[in-house]
Amino acid sequence: MQGAFAEHVRALEASGARTRLVRTESDLDGLDGLVLPGGESTTMTMLMERVGLLAPLRHAIEKGLPVLATCAGMIVLAREVTDAMAGQEGMGLLDIKVRRNGYGRQVDSFEAGLQIDGIGDRDFPGVFIRAPLVESIGDARVIASYEGHPVAVKQGHITALCFHPELSGDLRLHREFVRMAANGSAR
Amino acid sequence: MAETKNSRNGHGSQKGTFKVKAGLAQMLKGGVIMDVVTAEHARIAQDAGACAVMALERVPADIRKDGGVARMSDPTLIRSIMEAVTIPVMAKCRIGHFVEAQILEALGVDYIDESEVLTPADEEHHIDKHDFKVPFVCGCRDLGEAARRIAEGAAMIRTKGEAGTGNVVEAVRHARAVNAGIRKLQGMNRAELVHEAKLIGAPVEVLAECKRLGRLPVVNFAAGGIATPADAALMMQLGVDGLFVGSGIFKSADPLKRAKAIVAACTYYNKPDVLAEVSSGLGEAMRGLEIPAIPKDELLAARGW
Repeated sequence: MQGAFAEHVRALEASGARTRLVRTESDLDGLDGLVLPGGESTTMTMLMERVGLLAPLRHAIEKGLPVLATCAGMIVLAREVTDAMAGQEGMGLLDIKVRRNGYGRQVDSFEAGLQIDGIGDRDFPGVFIRAPLVESIGDARVIASYEGHPVAVKQGHITALCFHPELSGDLRLHREFVRMAANGSAR
Repeated sequence: MAETKNSRNGHGSQKGTFKVKAGLAQMLKGGVIMDVVTAEHARIAQDAGACAVMALERVPADIRKDGGVARMSDPTLIRSIMEAVTIPVMAKCRIGHFVEAQILEALGVDYIDESEVLTPADEEHHIDKHDFKVPFVCGCRDLGEAARRIAEGAAMIRTKGEAGTGNVVEAVRHARAVNAGIRKLQGMNRAELVHEAKLIGAPVEVLAECKRLGRLPVVNFAAGGIATPADAALMMQLGVDGLFVGSGIFKSADPLKRAKAIVAACTYYNKPDVLAEVSSGLGEAMRGLEIPAIPKDELLAARGW
């Protein structure tokens, strides 16, 4: 809809996946996995609502469509959003409470090395841009933290990140997601 | 300056790197950045789905009409707009006025537009943008100008168009010029690239990067004269990453409706049926100006070098 989708496309294709941009309901047909990219969560939610994509998307994810959500994508899925715009509600599919721009404005945006479960010992280059802050979590499992707050969580078929792997040049998270989505469709 | 601190985890973190500066522009892609002059405008823009707002005292159409020296906006106004919305807030400083830029950085704006819409403060030099933690967007009319701005540290580029006219013709000219400039590089060997760099006044390393990528190495938006959803889709189909809309929204009859329509046109730029739908019943667009009717020394795009 809006945001850093081209970078995800590049990373997914480099990880061996075929991709399609989802802008309407029919674009959802036959997908093995879905990426909700970074961008402005208010803009994305509004556009999806206006074209009637929000409900079918929620339905597809509820039915088990594997999702990789980064930054704004995490906010779109969250159970509770602090500092949300009036009328902006998370889809409530991911059991976390998240604060928009919780790490501050652009001048506070940063890069930091992260230890992430399940992708090996080497630090992952975390690129945080006006990133959301995970304030509390319910059923979701934390797979990486930074300064005492979760920055990567997993809940069933949903992986959600506060940072931008598509800008990092490190494909490990995209490869892992493609592997998961491929397994899901083989089942 | 980019600062380093060691986090508790010992991995080290860095603020204000070029990656996070250019990265925010990546997040704005496919979106519309709207000029706003009050907190109320800013809220309307956010409600309409703007991915960011540009905080200004006067929209370009009024700057053009009023004349005089146009400067950075009053920090009180910028702060009130920052408090009114949660989307990124940009603000303009004069070309070469690095102190206005320092002030805007201190205010915590998310992006600075070093803009030809304001009266230039330096007729030779643009700001050395590498020195700032806050990212900059700069205007260009062709590839050479874009490459010079990138070499100075711009993390985002926009084509200049002719601001405050409601006339898209200059935006089209500049977007096509950048595209043509990049296409021309594709068949060149290194020696020819050096010659081209000399001809268009561009750093050869930036040109080499443009050749390798087949596009500018940073995000490129269109600006200056976009007034309708069709204008918006036209610029997107010409290959820009997103749009700045200035006077076109708040100088029209029904700003909220027009703003929503332009946002939708920016996403569904290649779906004429959607464009037909959102273009319907918008009320009057801003009146607009013919470019030849503007005295040569009042053309904003000619500012900056």
